[in-house]
Amino acid sequence: MKKVHVQLTLNGEPAEFLAEPRQTLLECLRDNLNLTGTKEGCGDGNCGSCSVLLDGQLVTSCLVLGVETDGLRVDTVEGIAKGSTLHPIQKAFIDNAALQCGICTPGFLMATKSLLEHNPNPTEPEIRLWLANNLCRCTGYDKIVRAVMIAAAEMQESAQ
Amino acid sequence: MKSFDYAAPRTLDEALSLVAQNPQAQVLAGGTDLLVQLKNGRRETDLVIDLKRIAELKTIAFDPKKGLTVGAAVPCAQLCAHADLRQHYPSLAEVAGLIGGTAIQGRASLGGNLCNAAPSADSVPLMIALAAQARVAGPQGIRDVPVEDFCVAPGKNLLAPGEFLVNIFFPIPAAGFHAQYLRFTPRNEMDIAVVGVGVSTRVENGKITAARIALASVAPTPLFVKEAGDSLIGQAPTPEAIAQAASLAQAAAKPISDMRAPADYRRHLCGVLTRRALTAALAQ
Repeated sequence: MKKVHVQLTLNGEPAEFLAEPRQTLLECLRDNLNLTGTKEGCGDGNCGSCSVLLDGQLVTSCLVLGVETDGLRVDTVEGIAKGSTLHPIQKAFIDNAALQCGICTPGFLMATKSLLEHNPNPTEPEIRLWLANNLCRCTGYDKIVRAVMIAAAEMQESAQ
Repeated sequence: MKSFDYAAPRTLDEALSLVAQNPQAQVLAGGTDLLVQLKNGRRETDLVIDLKRIAELKTIAFDPKKGLTVGAAVPCAQLCAHADLRQHYPSLAEVAGLIGGTAIQGRASLGGNLCNAAPSADSVPLMIALAAQARVAGPQGIRDVPVEDFCVAPGKNLLAPGEFLVNIFFPIPAAGFHAQYLRFTPRNEMDIAVVGVGVSTRVENGKITAARIALASVAPTPLFVKEAGDSLIGQAPTPEAIAQAASLAQAAAKPISDMRAPADYRRHLCGVLTRRALTAALAQ
C-alpha cells in the first residue's frame, strides 16, 4: 500500500511525516515522529492514555488514522511545557502525587488541559465526568482530581 | 491493522464514484467503531474512504421553520456545544454527551451510531422519538429513510452497496413538544445501556396529541414501539395513561439475557424507564 505524505501543525510548529494509511495517529507520533510522550494503553478508545488534541478537540489518537491529520493541528503532551518551565497542570500533578507509574499521565494532562479550556473552574463531579474516558490503575483518582482542582485555581489566579 | 489504501474525497459525487468503484471499501466518519473493528478483524477492507472532508457531512444547519440537519460525520462534542441544538433539541444535545467519554465524543457521530446499528446505540431511540429522517446517497440518487427503518439486524443497516449516509434531519419541535432519553447503566459514564428509552410527547390544551416511544438493548435492533406512543394520543397526561403506555412498551420488548443483564430484568426496566421518561417529558 502506498505511503502518504502528511503535513500538519504539531505542537504549534509545521511538521510532516510519511504514513501507511493503516497507521494510527498514535503510531505515527511514536514511531514516525519519535514523540513517545503519548502512550498506548488499550488501543481501542477505552483507557484514554493516548489522548491528544486534534484541531483543539480531545481525541484518543489510537482511533485516528495518521493520514486523517493532513492539514490539521495536533497537540501532544510534548507541547504543553514552555521550554524547561512546566505547565501548571504538570506541576500540580507532580506536587500532589497525582501519578505513580506514569503511563496514563500524558493522557490525563491533555484531557485536563482540554477540560480547563472549556471550563476554567470545574466542580469535582465535572472533573470526574470529563476524565471518565481516562483510566488510572495506580492512584485511585482522588489525587488526580485534587491536582486538577489545584491547577485550575492556580491558572485562574495567574490569569488575573 | 491490515494494510489498506486511503481516500479523502471533497465532494459527494467524488465519494459516490469511489464507493461505486470499490464495493469492498469502508466509509469512515469518526472511526470510533470502524477503526476498532478493523483492528480486531471484525471488518476488513482494501480501501478506507474518509467522508470528513465533504461539507454536507460536516455541517449542522438549523432552519427555525423546517428543522435541524446534522451531517453524518459531525462529532458529538460539536452537537453538545451547539447553541441552536441546546435550545431547540436539548434532549439531543444531552444524548450526544452520553455516548462514550469526552475523547470519544470528539470523534463519534450520530451518523456513525446509526450506521453501526448496535441494538444498544444510545442516540437511536431518541432519534426515532424525534421522528428523524436519514438522508442516504447512492448510485440511484438521494433517498430519505425514517430512522426507525434504518437498522435491520445487530450491526446491519439497510444501506445497499454503493450507498452511504449523508445527514440526519430533525423536524422543528412544535409548541408543547418535549423529548427525553433515559438509560440504565451500572456505571455513571463510559458504559453500554442495559436498557435505553427515548420518548417524545406533544401536549395541546391538556391533551396528548402526539407521542413516540423507542427502546434500546431489548431487541436485535433499536425498537420503535408505535402502539405504546399511539395509546397516549387523545388522553390527558395522567399517571394511568403513562402506565398503560409503559406496559405496552414492556410487552413489545424482546430482550435477551447476556453478561449485562438477564432478560426479565431488562423487561422490568423497560416499564420503569418508559414511565420515568414519559413523566419527565410531560412535566417539561
